[in-house]
Amino acid sequence: MKQVLQVEDMSVTFELHQSEVHAVREMNFSLAQGETLAVVGESGSGKSQAFLAIMGLLAKNGRAEGRAMMGDINLIGMEPKQLDKHRGKDIAMIFQDPMTSLNPTLKIKTQLSEVLVKHRGFEQSQAVKSATEMLERVGIPEPAKRANAYPHELSGGMRQRVMIAMALLCQPKILIADEPTTALDVTVQAQMLDLFKTLTEDFGTALVLITHDLGVVAGVADRMMVMYGGRAVEKGTTDDLFYDPRHPYTLGLLHSTPHIAKRAERLDPIQGLPPSLEHLPKGCSFNPRCAFAFDRCLVERPPLAPTGNGREKACHYEGPMAYGKVA
Amino acid sequence: MAGITGKDALLTEYANRLETLDAPKGRSLTQDAVRRLVRNKAAVLSVFVVSFIILFAFIGPYLLPWTYDKIDWSNIRKGPDFDAGHFVGTDQNGRDMLARIMQGTQMSLIVAGVATLVSVIIGVIYGAVAGYFGGKVDAVMMRFVDIMYALPYILFVIILVVIFGRNPVLLFVGIGCLEWLTMARIVRGQTLSIKEREFVEAAKAGGAKPWTIIIRHIVPNLTGPVVIYATLTVPEIILTESFLSYLGLGVQEPQTSLGTLISFGSPVAETLPWMLIGPAVVLVSLLLCLTYIGDGLRDALDPKDR
Amino acid sequence: MDQTPINLLEIRDLKKTFSVSSGLFSRPLTLTALENINFSIRKGETLGIVGESGCGKSTLGRCILQLLAPDEGQVLWLGQDLTKLPAEEMRQRRADLQIIFQDPLASLNPRMTVGEIIADPLRTLRPELNKQERRARVLKIMEAVGLLPEMINRYPHEFSGGQAQRIGIARALITEPKLIVCDEPVSALDVSIQAQILNLLSELKDEFGLTLIFISHNLSVVRHVSDRILVLYLGRIVELATGDEIYEKPRHPYTRALLTAVPIPDPRLARQRNIDALKGEIPSPINPPSGCTFRTRCRFAKPYCAEHRPPLETIEDNRLVACHRWREIEVPEEAVLGA
Repeated sequence: MKQVLQVEDMSVTFELHQSEVHAVREMNFSLAQGETLAVVGESGSGKSQAFLAIMGLLAKNGRAEGRAMMGDINLIGMEPKQLDKHRGKDIAMIFQDPMTSLNPTLKIKTQLSEVLVKHRGFEQSQAVKSATEMLERVGIPEPAKRANAYPHELSGGMRQRVMIAMALLCQPKILIADEPTTALDVTVQAQMLDLFKTLTEDFGTALVLITHDLGVVAGVADRMMVMYGGRAVEKGTTDDLFYDPRHPYTLGLLHSTPHIAKRAERLDPIQGLPPSLEHLPKGCSFNPRCAFAFDRCLVERPPLAPTGNGREKACHYEGPMAYGKVA
Repeated sequence: MAGITGKDALLTEYANRLETLDAPKGRSLTQDAVRRLVRNKAAVLSVFVVSFIILFAFIGPYLLPWTYDKIDWSNIRKGPDFDAGHFVGTDQNGRDMLARIMQGTQMSLIVAGVATLVSVIIGVIYGAVAGYFGGKVDAVMMRFVDIMYALPYILFVIILVVIFGRNPVLLFVGIGCLEWLTMARIVRGQTLSIKEREFVEAAKAGGAKPWTIIIRHIVPNLTGPVVIYATLTVPEIILTESFLSYLGLGVQEPQTSLGTLISFGSPVAETLPWMLIGPAVVLVSLLLCLTYIGDGLRDALDPKDR
Repeated sequence: MDQTPINLLEIRDLKKTFSVSSGLFSRPLTLTALENINFSIRKGETLGIVGESGCGKSTLGRCILQLLAPDEGQVLWLGQDLTKLPAEEMRQRRADLQIIFQDPLASLNPRMTVGEIIADPLRTLRPELNKQERRARVLKIMEAVGLLPEMINRYPHEFSGGQAQRIGIARALITEPKLIVCDEPVSALDVSIQAQILNLLSELKDEFGLTLIFISHNLSVVRHVSDRILVLYLGRIVELATGDEIYEKPRHPYTRALLTAVPIPDPRLARQRNIDALKGEIPSPINPPSGCTFRTRCRFAKPYCAEHRPPLETIEDNRLVACHRWREIEVPEEAVLGA
């Protein structure tokens, strides 16, 4: 498989008034063509910031270090002008709220064709035609009519499709989707997930799906990366992580997710609250909420280390993790 | 699952202890805003300058040998003279300029304060009531505001002068009664968005009466825009007062105000410059500082705006 | 209709419309948010209300609490019609009916401390209590929802979403209500916190003998907490049955489609599952389809579905379904969930 993105030792830091906050630390992963990688974590785990950094979209007080190699180009620390040549063309991102990413005063077709004119040098009329075709491919009924609409005239699901169409116009190698279905109804969500599958299969796009919903992950992702407190704590294939989680946090997330087909009397959630990145606990940052933590976890941070079969985890605990023990 | 309902004996004991002891205070939004304001150097400097001007205007007169209406027959139209105690000179009538500037500043500050207070009180209540009840109440109340807007206010002021005579305080209560229009509009707009917030619905579900909701839940959340707008109203009223005094509708001799002083000083600026420079410096620094404080407050109360 | 005292709440023929202005000079349009709503809630049960956004589920919750006045119909609380109650009596009655909101931070007044927020309903509904008595009650309820007593003087913005939701729950509990409407109480929360709040709600339900109306778009969550489930589509009830019946044997095609769309946190099942994704999106409630409102998205629709509105029929024991063809539509042996 051809690797389209190789992230090495990336970190993201935010300057605050008196302090610095490390939103992401020591991030390493690679993404192959046509593959779907799910990045799972709760708010404040750094999952969104990591990919905003790759896209060069960090807030002003944010700073990224390390390498994010797309072929032989390093996206981190690239001049904005240089980055603009790749953004939208080779790597695209869609967000939870499509309304914030669409210009409310321009028609859909104007916004879509602009991308083609800018990145691929299309003639205006040709660009509008391709844009309309793309709308049809992402499953928008009556694409010619919708192309003439303004964003507010479309429903949430429709807008998200327009965003995807826009992201795909230049056939990027990588599509980053940040909570793309969180604001949508289940029925529309199912349609979108279906669309993502078609995308990776037909276009060969590599998809990064940033989400907190394990149900969504199970349906579409090939591999998973679980993040906690700004670091990856477990990586592996989706099946491995769902059926044989090795990190207590992954296990806890699984037990916190209600399963429609199994009605348990009560869920078995992780205790406590996600930590604030400003005050991460000493040692393993999960230790205050971990049912398996022992003295070593309080002082020494476990490194992310391979455990065979291409899996990696960052945990000192090696024993069995019985169901219900997470409580 | 002890952690969730917290049935631990430890916790209960802790609760009992806290019943007698006071729990730590949280940081309120106002405290947060003050902290942000303190970091804004221009605003802090402005606060000091304004406080100095206030002290200057209210305490200053007691420290001077001359009062604002006392005529020094031996020193008419004289420049600064330290021996005679006229630190910034005298006017055409031989009255001490420094004393007059102090009295003028005092007058300007009082009218600005009174008029702003009146406009805040009327504007907040009117706007909050219109916004909260909405519908027909809102339509009628806001049409009234529109009509008031359409009337020329100079005409109003002339009518007020005719009714109240030239009593400065009453006159500026009158100006405050006109200034509230913009405040009412701002407050109504904010109320419309605040009343859709869930905590207002929660208060309704908790059985609160409309009046309680307005006072306890809506008005406190208007602090930001109201404080910002009020700090910007103060200089506006000082300017209005200057303008009215210039037209001869403002304060009456021998009392004076910054606007009156400037209007007397400007025709003789070439021959008696001290008559213009003094009041102008005070007015300009007051206006600049109030604007900086207004800006600082806006940034402090609404940090998302930056 | 017999009126068994066991029914805490009974909704009869509820209808709610909103007028939507379409422009300066055109006549306002009427949006029918709820129509023909009939159901009852027994003491101590949890009724889940599910549906897509815009189906009227939140409006229904607010009509029950009289935060919105219904256009027609009755809301019978222990046999007494709340819609006809004078304002002052209704305010007193609010001690019995409370609500928990979706956005925990937005539902807390940012200018008040936690203690003031929780005590707020007491000030109006129990004016006879003095400051110390109020404070004692606040501390007791804070403990019950898992808040530390030392948090009493803090402000909402100092809390995370999960803790803020606990404050909202405490405020709802302080008046010792009998019924609480939970409007999407966990959908704004992180997964691990979501589970904590769900467990907390079910514990409190047992401890305080509450009856819950649980409104959510997340079917997995609703399934987890509810005894019976009511499915709404475009402001009408399409199906009402116990949780197990709904999930094992959905009768209405819409319920089935909703169920198959729910993501399952199980990769193998998810791959096996044949998602019969519902086409299109919910039609506009301003101009709903004729006859059965679901027919435009239903794969079992026949021409007569466009002509007649299906009545809400009672089938089997106390199940309700509104579909012309429920008898003919086969429920596959292997239930829709593939479990």
